[in-house]
Amino acid sequence: MNIPSNLKYTNTDEWVSVDGNVATIGVTDHAQEQLSDVVFVEITVSVGDKLAKKATIATVESVKAAADVNLPVSGKVVAVNEDLPQTPELVNTDPYGKAWMIKVEMDNPAELDGLMDAAGYEKHTRE
Amino acid sequence: MFTPHTDAEREEMLRVIGVRKLDDLFADVPIAKRYPKLDLPPALTEIEARLQMEEFAFGNNTAQERACFLGAGAYYHYTPAAVDAIIRRGEFLTAYTPYQPEVSQGTLQAIFEYQSLIANLTGMDVSNASHYDGATATAEAAVMAYHHFRGKRTRIILSPSLNPQYREVVKTYMGGYEGIELAGENLDPLGNPDDLTALLNDNTALLIVQYPDFFGRIYDFTTVIEKAHQFGALVAVAVNPMAMGLLKTPGAMGADIAVGEGQSLGLPLSFGGPYLGIFATKKEYVRKIAGRLVGETADTEGRRGYVLTLTAREQHIRREKATSNICTNQGLMALAATVYMSLLGKNGLKEVATLCYQKAHYAADQISKLDGYEVLATAPFFHEFVVKCPQSVEETNMHLLANGFLGGYDLGNDYPALSGHMLIAVTEMVSKEDIDDLCEALKEVNNG
Repeated sequence: MNIPSNLKYTNTDEWVSVDGNVATIGVTDHAQEQLSDVVFVEITVSVGDKLAKKATIATVESVKAAADVNLPVSGKVVAVNEDLPQTPELVNTDPYGKAWMIKVEMDNPAELDGLMDAAGYEKHTRE
Repeated sequence: MFTPHTDAEREEMLRVIGVRKLDDLFADVPIAKRYPKLDLPPALTEIEARLQMEEFAFGNNTAQERACFLGAGAYYHYTPAAVDAIIRRGEFLTAYTPYQPEVSQGTLQAIFEYQSLIANLTGMDVSNASHYDGATATAEAAVMAYHHFRGKRTRIILSPSLNPQYREVVKTYMGGYEGIELAGENLDPLGNPDDLTALLNDNTALLIVQYPDFFGRIYDFTTVIEKAHQFGALVAVAVNPMAMGLLKTPGAMGADIAVGEGQSLGLPLSFGGPYLGIFATKKEYVRKIAGRLVGETADTEGRRGYVLTLTAREQHIRREKATSNICTNQGLMALAATVYMSLLGKNGLKEVATLCYQKAHYAADQISKLDGYEVLATAPFFHEFVVKCPQSVEETNMHLLANGFLGGYDLGNDYPALSGHMLIAVTEMVSKEDIDDLCEALKEVNNG
């Protein structure tokens, strides 16, 4: 299982990559393994939306399950991966790269402190 | 087999939920309403009951016994005997898709064929396994459009020439959503569809038109649909599938959704139901549609098989997030429509539609020649048209009934401005003689 050390993680299997004040969000390798073949991704927010932490930002469906993706930090949506719904299988093949979902301008970067680091998440996935 | 609970099981269940005795469950029902005295006549023997029911039945004036000129959304067509014979087969005779659907390959195949036929007939990419009737299918279009825009667009425009019952059901369904605005009711019912485009704005989720419309008129909605798309809105067209045998399809006009009442495809009038709700759309919206969808696939040995597909959201995993929890389809009625369409084929359906069209136009011609009657032919029409009568529609219909006719629909019921106007439907089931006799009877009404 791939858990990059430079990312932050939630206990609902989202990852966050931070660049200045902008957070990029996607779902983890562990999440895609649990879901199996992803057949559908719908991003349910648009650029400009102001969202609170834990808001639903996307729906991911696989051949055996459907799951919501939640926002790990509050903020304003500044980018949406428009290509992902056309190529949902990227969630399986490149969860930390091309399968990024949205980018938000964070309201309160201190919220990042409430997230797990790679070691914490690795432990979480084994629980 | 129905196995009732034993007393011990009831005791156990009551204990678990913390209720002392069964009657306590009904504590919220006022005592006076709990065991009301029913004012029933004394019991009858089976023979007596049957005789009484037959006597009631003889009181009906059915379309089988009278020349029927009544339509307004439900139409009297001929149903080949094979339709009934096939749907009564034990393997098929169920209203529901089974709970373990893949065991019933025949049922799934029939639904798959229904979907394919409806998609072809409407010119759309995909049809679901059906809804209850035309009205509920139309309301599902509104629900789908609302969720498509995630509640951010709140205007739904309903053409004033949409079947008034469909309008009522859309109103009821959308009453549960916050901030929905239904527009279009105040437009002239006999106006032009271009009137609708003035109501389009950036907040419009859906425009619903009917084709042929409630008054039987045929419009090409292509430019209206283009305008709606310029505002980013979706367009649903409520169709009479019978007319699709003859006319340009909603798909060819660019519609996003086609809905409709499937009753005219081999289902009996039967006092208003069970009917069949048609729902078809473009491929890009396939994940937004409510209800069941059957897909064709291959098993591990490469053999053809049928499965329920894309139902994850509606039922199994995300019920609370589903756009609609409707998952019942009108299985048996969809089967009847499938058999009907298969028996008639492409040419047969076109032939029936052509007969309806030609007979209706003959009737309109003859009626327009009668003193005192005016046929309002503001646009091309299919098999239904509006007649302005010299006497009230109620009086006219009483006289027609006494002479062996089921007269037309009283438009004053739904449109106060159209009181004194009758909607006359003509199908292949009336003969030229019936039409000529109708004209004689209408003459008598005018002459008193």
